[in-house]
Amino acid sequence: MNAADLTAWIRRAAELVAADAERLTELDAAIGDGDHGHNLARGLATAVDVLDELPADASPQQVLTTAGRTLVSKTGGASGALYGMALRRAGKALKVDEIDARWLGAALREALAGVQDLGKAEEGDKTMVDALARAVAAFDAARHEGADLAGAARAAAAAAEEGAQATVPMQARKGRASYLGPRSVGHLDPGAASTALILRALADVTGGEG
Amino acid sequence: MRKLINDPAEVVADALRGLAAAHPDLRVDPDAGIVVRRDAPRSGKVGLVSGGGSGHEPLHVGFVGPGMLDAACPGEVFTSPVPDQITAATTAVDGGAGVLHVVKNYTGDVLNFQMAAELAEDEDVEVATVIVDDDVAVQDSTYTAGRRGTGGTLFVEKIAGALAEEGADLDAVAAVAREVNERTRSFGVALSPCTVPAAGRPTFELGENEMELGIGIHGEPGRERVRAGTATEIVTAALEAIDADVPLRGEQVLVMVNGMGGTPLMEQYVAFGAASAWLADHGATVARSLVGAYVTSLEMAGVMVSVCRLTPGLTRLWDAPVQTPALRWGR
Repeated sequence: MNAADLTAWIRRAAELVAADAERLTELDAAIGDGDHGHNLARGLATAVDVLDELPADASPQQVLTTAGRTLVSKTGGASGALYGMALRRAGKALKVDEIDARWLGAALREALAGVQDLGKAEEGDKTMVDALARAVAAFDAARHEGADLAGAARAAAAAAEEGAQATVPMQARKGRASYLGPRSVGHLDPGAASTALILRALADVTGGEG
Repeated sequence: MRKLINDPAEVVADALRGLAAAHPDLRVDPDAGIVVRRDAPRSGKVGLVSGGGSGHEPLHVGFVGPGMLDAACPGEVFTSPVPDQITAATTAVDGGAGVLHVVKNYTGDVLNFQMAAELAEDEDVEVATVIVDDDVAVQDSTYTAGRRGTGGTLFVEKIAGALAEEGADLDAVAAVAREVNERTRSFGVALSPCTVPAAGRPTFELGENEMELGIGIHGEPGRERVRAGTATEIVTAALEAIDADVPLRGEQVLVMVNGMGGTPLMEQYVAFGAASAWLADHGATVARSLVGAYVTSLEMAGVMVSVCRLTPGLTRLWDAPVQTPALRWGR
């Protein structure tokens, strides 16, 4: 995986989020304020535009830190800050031009750490961490069992989706949904849902290699 | 969706252009997303910056001017501003005495202001932050993101703004902002939902005879849905929640009955009458009052009651002159 593949990942994530923006916004309207899909779609679309302007020899690190900075400065809300932090920290972890499964695993772990440093959420709080933490664990487990990068990414995407679904019965303890108390139970967390899409995008762009 | 807008994607920028046209005493930059008082930065004066999602007007852009905020940074509708915006506002108003960020306790606002404060400090601007969390509707706040910042934000901005105008230093301005926050409690009730332009439909549905108790200011549902009551019942529920948190008996209070955007002033006065009677019955003295739509959620109908337990010092600062688009007295 190289810088061009990472750009393709962000592009694919922007496509998937844009296609699902309406559903994400509906999920958010149920327990938040109803802007998540449109906001994140706008931020990712801008990130794609900015990445298109990067020089051809940009490094993987530059691609992800640039995407992260763009999300922070164009998305707003908690999701812009959190996804921006995730991509910046993932980018900083990538110190080579050619990324193997071990490097990508390290980048995903850093992304999770960045989100938790900023948002202070734990698994079970009904947030994007519920999807991301499972994805990171599944990526590492698959890699230890001998999966290649594409296989590990597919495992991560599946785990992120399971993690997102697992938020349905939870009572939110972070973010705006937490104000609903028991009324937040029974709803899919929109941040976990968008995280699942972003991991799905990663599996999509690495699929050709596995 | 029937709204007086041209393009949902441009609604915030269009509103800022209108604000600029109506108030030539403000410097409005619709592209950077900041509103700055004309004479900023003022040498030696602590700058006051606030911001948050748009859709709460006049909060915050309507409170920029002498005696209150030096700058406001409005985000997209119900979405926090981004760090670039906040940093631009901060550096624009720094007169060398530092800048106070007044931040409502919502996750997005807190995270983005935190990043912006770091960026501003990289540019050698000293930043202090006060988090407003006056909303008593959030119960068990250890298990949530904490109490929200709502109507009390206006009290904090007005009183801290007055002290900054007098030339107090950053520590003193931050301290009075925290004091006001600690002495203030709010509780809101929604009688109808609102529609975020980009989403195009109401954020929740209410039956004919239902209302949401304990709402925030972002169109989110409240802590419970109950049968709609009379103005007196609604105000009593709000004041009982506040009084249960901080007893009001024997206090001199500043009371705001705030319309959420879709409630007529007539009904706000009905509510204020009920609040005033309840407070008299419970041994509190209404020393200062404010009635009107000041901290709104687009066209949501409903009211929010905010109460600040005054001290003589806070009363003096509340009475100090202020000259902004939405709050203006004494000069």
